[in-house]
Amino acid sequence: MTLAQKPGAGSWTQAYPELGTGPVSYEDSISPEFFEAEREAIFRRCWLNLGRVEQVPRVGSYFTRELAVANTSIIVVRGQDRKIRAFHNLCRHRGNKLVWTDYPGVEERGTCQQFACKYHGWRYGLDGKLNFIQQEQEFFDVNKADYGLVEVNCDIWEGFIFVNLSKTPVQPLREFLGEMAWGIEGYPFHKFTQVFRYRAEVKANWKLFMDAFQEFYHAPVLHKKQSATPEAAQALYEMGYHGLWYQLFGPHRMVSSMGRYRAPADEEPVKPIDRLTRSGLFGPWDEPDLGMAELPRGLNPARSPMWGLDSFQFFPNFTILIWKPNWYLTYHYWPLSADSHLFEGTLYFVPPRNAAERLAQETAAVTFKEFALQDGNTLEATHTMLKSRVVDKFLLCDQEILCRHLHKAVQDWVSGYYGGEGLPAGRVWSRTAPSSQAR
Amino acid sequence: MAHQLLPDEFADLESFAPHWVLRTERERYAKRLASSMEQMQAFYDAAFPRARAAVNYLNQFELDNLPEQARNLLYLLFSLVMVSFPVEVWKQPHVPDAGAAYLDLVEEPGP
Repeated sequence: MTLAQKPGAGSWTQAYPELGTGPVSYEDSISPEFFEAEREAIFRRCWLNLGRVEQVPRVGSYFTRELAVANTSIIVVRGQDRKIRAFHNLCRHRGNKLVWTDYPGVEERGTCQQFACKYHGWRYGLDGKLNFIQQEQEFFDVNKADYGLVEVNCDIWEGFIFVNLSKTPVQPLREFLGEMAWGIEGYPFHKFTQVFRYRAEVKANWKLFMDAFQEFYHAPVLHKKQSATPEAAQALYEMGYHGLWYQLFGPHRMVSSMGRYRAPADEEPVKPIDRLTRSGLFGPWDEPDLGMAELPRGLNPARSPMWGLDSFQFFPNFTILIWKPNWYLTYHYWPLSADSHLFEGTLYFVPPRNAAERLAQETAAVTFKEFALQDGNTLEATHTMLKSRVVDKFLLCDQEILCRHLHKAVQDWVSGYYGGEGLPAGRVWSRTAPSSQAR
Repeated sequence: MAHQLLPDEFADLESFAPHWVLRTERERYAKRLASSMEQMQAFYDAAFPRARAAVNYLNQFELDNLPEQARNLLYLLFSLVMVSFPVEVWKQPHVPDAGAAYLDLVEEPGP
């Protein structure tokens, strides 16, 4: 049975000759020097998604994000003019973190009229302007206009809030996101206001978790025990995994996959709770009406009747996964060190109209966690053994093309940056290169 | 009964309510890990056959305006979903192959 039509080159991978087909090194996932290079070359220069506009619904709504990878904390706030801005979370007086409660490392959210520093009472407007200095007369020729909060480049795409920590971004946001993003513009992301936000610290390099969720070759094996019956598990295992479509867009990449494209028939084996709540890993069986005449052109690129989901990986660390039954989720992978990162999985549903719909969402969310726990734990096992450096080259199959591409894109950005150019120069990073070179 | 948690129609599940009417996923997940398979199986066996009736009962209300006992019934159903993987699939409270991995639900919608 032909499950998916591969491109003319014979394989997904060979359609992109620059990827090669040879074994690859994961030195980029275990080297502390490379991690330092990633901070500078990637996380301080790329557009990073911090959330959605629904998180700051009103004038004065704000949240903070701890960006350990850039050694900073960011405030995102909606101003009096309703514009969303981002600032470094830093009081200009003596450097105290501006917005925090009991623990400086804990992220905050809320609504306020201004930001007041708890140390000496300096106050800033929602636009970042310094409005008040306690005992101002004690200072020496201070012009308050010179001491506003340090603003960060902030822009919105389809309701997703992005920041860019470089003073002058190499590209505007929409250009950076490129064609892959344009293909899903118009999807009604704003309608999915029912949110489940999961978070975990994972003891593995951030790219290893991205790899785990950008190939489904593992699914019939690692998650075998999750099938409703041993027969169903065995059938999936024997069929293996075959992506419907893979496509690379500059540093970004996507996979389109089969999945639950219709509610299971009565005789099909599904778990009793799935049957009861009409839901499961692929989401609620009964799709909400999104009021869309047709899907954005970038979805279901193979135009397959068995289409189940598309997973879009935006460089560097942000994934949007859109499911056929009209819901979506996002992944963020925030590096903490070469050996660890903060993983966030956020599920977005249309608000339920009744208890049945709410219960279906609960089943989808609970099931998501069961799978993600297995994935997360596997990563720790992988990371510790990669660190042994017993083997330095590993095999990737055609269904793992996106893993191959991520590591290449990351290495291109790093080598491009340390080569003194603004954009990737396409050279291969070598283990000893980046640490001592001037920027 | 001094204080009845569930609607009269579901009095047969009342004995489970003090243990399984839990407002957050964090509490439900902790309860699952702290429970024996016998405890979860007993809850599942009692609640599962009543779940469809419970959903039908709850569907008569507006979701964001549930009476307290009805809301408790929905929390009880959330707990049924929570124990379903251990009972139906894993045969153990923990997710197999998940070791010390954790995943906290830091923001969840109301009932």
